[in-house]
Amino acid sequence: MTTTPMDTRPPVDNRPPPLNGLELARWAWRQLTSMRVALILLFLLAVAAIPGSIIPQTEANPLNVRDFRARNPELSQWYDRLGLFDVYSTPWFAAIYIALMISLIGCILPRCWQHWKAMRAQPPKAPRRLTRMPAYRKVEVDATPDEALAVARAELRSRRFRLRKPLEDEADSVGAEIGYLRETGNLLFHLALVVVLLAVALGGLFSYRATVLVTEGSGFSNQVIQFDSLSAGALFDTADLPPFSMDLDEFRMEFVESGNQIGQPADYEATVTLVREPGAEPETHTIRVNEPLNIDGTSVHIMSPGYAPAFTVRAADGETILAEGPVPFLPRDGSFTSEGVVKVEVPPEYGDDIGIQAGFLPTAFLDENGPRSVFPGARNPEVYLTAWHGDLGLDDGQPQSIYRLDTEDMEQYLGDGGEPYRARLPVGETVGLPDGRSITFDGYVTWVNLQIGRNSGRELALVGGVAAVIGLMGSLYARRRRAWVRTSVGPEGRTVVEVAGLHRAEGSSGDRLADEIGAITDGLLLRLGGAEGKRED
Amino acid sequence: MDLDAVAEWSRYVVVVATLGYLASWLAFCAEAGIHSRRRRAVTEAAAEPERELVGVAASASAAPADEATASAPSGPGDAELQERADRLGGLGRGLFALTTVALAAGVVMRGLGTERAPWANMYEFSITGTLVASIVFIALARTVVGRVVAVWAVLLIFVTVGLASTFLYVPPGPVQPALQSYWLVIHVGCAVLAFGLFTVGAVVSALQIVSERAAERGRTTGFGASLPESAGLDRLAYRLTAIAFPIWTFGPLILGAIWAEVSWGRYWGWDPKEVWALITWLAYAAYLHARATAGWKGSKASVVALIGYGTVLFSYFGVNILFNGLHSYGGL
Repeated sequence: MTTTPMDTRPPVDNRPPPLNGLELARWAWRQLTSMRVALILLFLLAVAAIPGSIIPQTEANPLNVRDFRARNPELSQWYDRLGLFDVYSTPWFAAIYIALMISLIGCILPRCWQHWKAMRAQPPKAPRRLTRMPAYRKVEVDATPDEALAVARAELRSRRFRLRKPLEDEADSVGAEIGYLRETGNLLFHLALVVVLLAVALGGLFSYRATVLVTEGSGFSNQVIQFDSLSAGALFDTADLPPFSMDLDEFRMEFVESGNQIGQPADYEATVTLVREPGAEPETHTIRVNEPLNIDGTSVHIMSPGYAPAFTVRAADGETILAEGPVPFLPRDGSFTSEGVVKVEVPPEYGDDIGIQAGFLPTAFLDENGPRSVFPGARNPEVYLTAWHGDLGLDDGQPQSIYRLDTEDMEQYLGDGGEPYRARLPVGETVGLPDGRSITFDGYVTWVNLQIGRNSGRELALVGGVAAVIGLMGSLYARRRRAWVRTSVGPEGRTVVEVAGLHRAEGSSGDRLADEIGAITDGLLLRLGGAEGKRED
Repeated sequence: MDLDAVAEWSRYVVVVATLGYLASWLAFCAEAGIHSRRRRAVTEAAAEPERELVGVAASASAAPADEATASAPSGPGDAELQERADRLGGLGRGLFALTTVALAAGVVMRGLGTERAPWANMYEFSITGTLVASIVFIALARTVVGRVVAVWAVLLIFVTVGLASTFLYVPPGPVQPALQSYWLVIHVGCAVLAFGLFTVGAVVSALQIVSERAAERGRTTGFGASLPESAGLDRLAYRLTAIAFPIWTFGPLILGAIWAEVSWGRYWGWDPKEVWALITWLAYAAYLHARATAGWKGSKASVVALIGYGTVLFSYFGVNILFNGLHSYGGL
């Protein structure tokens, strides 16, 4: 801002009058819907998405988040404040994409209206000087100007140009336009994106995803109380759950047996018995990794598998069974070295509670580093265990992890030399505890985490996605261009035909337009030649 | 010969192809060297007419044309240089085409030997993606612009195949259950295709920037001046991206979402690979918008395209190597 020395007025007077609320809003709206701001928002969204791929996310991987918190307690506090463990549901991330959505809609809706008008409008009339157009051809023909113009109209129409309805004073020229598909596609693409985002957002409200761990030979019914975990949208209603129940008859794991990828999973297959609703006929189905089972819109997927060794714990009399059955163990590595605990609540007359802490090795191998599994398939299954006795604390109302032993009120069994008690058991073997009770390793079954879920709105999102690609192709590959033909009588009495073109599309070269104008001219001459030939005979 | 042997032999074929690309690049370099010598001679001749006379005299008296004295553009030495450059260029292109055939054989052998689409781990993805890029370059090499681009593409291809057959190499074998699906063929196939096209586009964009800078500074010699006009490069880069972008939208994003829904029970879960595929998509969307906006044409838009290609590389190498997500199929 400049003020001359002569100017004694306060400088504020030189400013444009302050914007009132409406003007400010209009200015802000114009800014928000401008291409420059859209560009900035696109980049901002891309940059904002990065931390979520680097920092573990609660939704994708809660276990990694827990590990991270344990390792970096102080940093985690800051991360929590910024919502960096849940980047994609933070207000700041939402702010960016909502701003982008508004910008997009604000840009697209007026363009839709303009395009609608343009589609209904006439192609523009021929400019006065066609020679100024980027592509231009001039030929002389023997036909009369009117004949030549009629042929030009036919030629343009056959090339699917839309023709201008001539007004009275334009009897010597024709205007045509083609490539409306470009803007149609462009608008379709952007509107389809809005549909996709709405489908994702609204679908998320009704979606749910639950997991349940099922061991071979057992089952579950599709109720919230049976799930190990459940995440659901705000409008999800538990009454929507299909009332099926399912038993896992068999879960088969196959691994690569030899070669350099030995031990890699080769195939997982679950055979289940499904009862769609209480009282319905049982059906047998198989579920594989890429072949989920669909039950009335709810799909059941195979997630992570594992082994469940089966034990029988007997009282000191050698007869009374205190506990039996398979217990799911959690795999710790790719060879399914698994760990778990068996909690045996013992009636007082048979002594105190027993807690067994064990490792299950499907293919056991012992070397100086200790026992471990060297292959995920059960070729040489063994169990290594130690045991505790005392009070498991199962009655005091505190929820406990089934994979961890709370040894606060327990005492570890000791061996003969006073060292902690340890045992190694192949299948079928029994080992006695120092107090006379015994543990038998009966064998093992497999277990699998089943994921039960419904993704509402997925069909709509898919339709939107496909429409977006179709629109995108229209907007990228269709070229909008105009063509004009004007006829006049030349100095030598022959008819002069001028053909000109103008392209309005991104990325199209002048060569292509020149080629097209040339082709139109040639086609026109060909048609005229045919017409003249007819007249001659 | 059993299938395993076919897959094993594919590695040697790919290594031979790697060397072939190197040889082709060296031939192109030699050609470019001769051309730049000729251009320098033209400029010097224009700047110093007296020396030109001396040069003509010298070249007339001392016949060997490979001496730098053959500087006059119209002299007999120049014609011979031109001929030699053309021979070298032809040799380079021939080697390029032949090597691409060899690489194609290597890829096909890998696919036959493992009885699946050859793009299930980083090694296979790299060699197949390179094959796509090579074929696109050969298709482009019919034009003048494409020929210049191809010279630099060969270097990139050599590096990629070289990396693939050393650091990224994974012996042939079956894939894990999650990948045993026809989705692997289309979803990853589209990613390979788009990867190849984006790579070609990035080379063109980089050359566009150099060419525009050279033109702005009025350079007549050096690398920048040897490039085609920047507007043509700009258009070519746009066209390549315009082909690759819908493929990227369709294959990695939409088909990826469908497969994720089939395999993992959700169509979008913010897995690192998904995030980076989206970031790449956003970056190239920004490029297309930038080009449609006045004032962003030319090198500014090219910079956006190169940022986009950076995200492509990161989605591929970075995510596979650094992050441990659901897409950990690299085999490293």
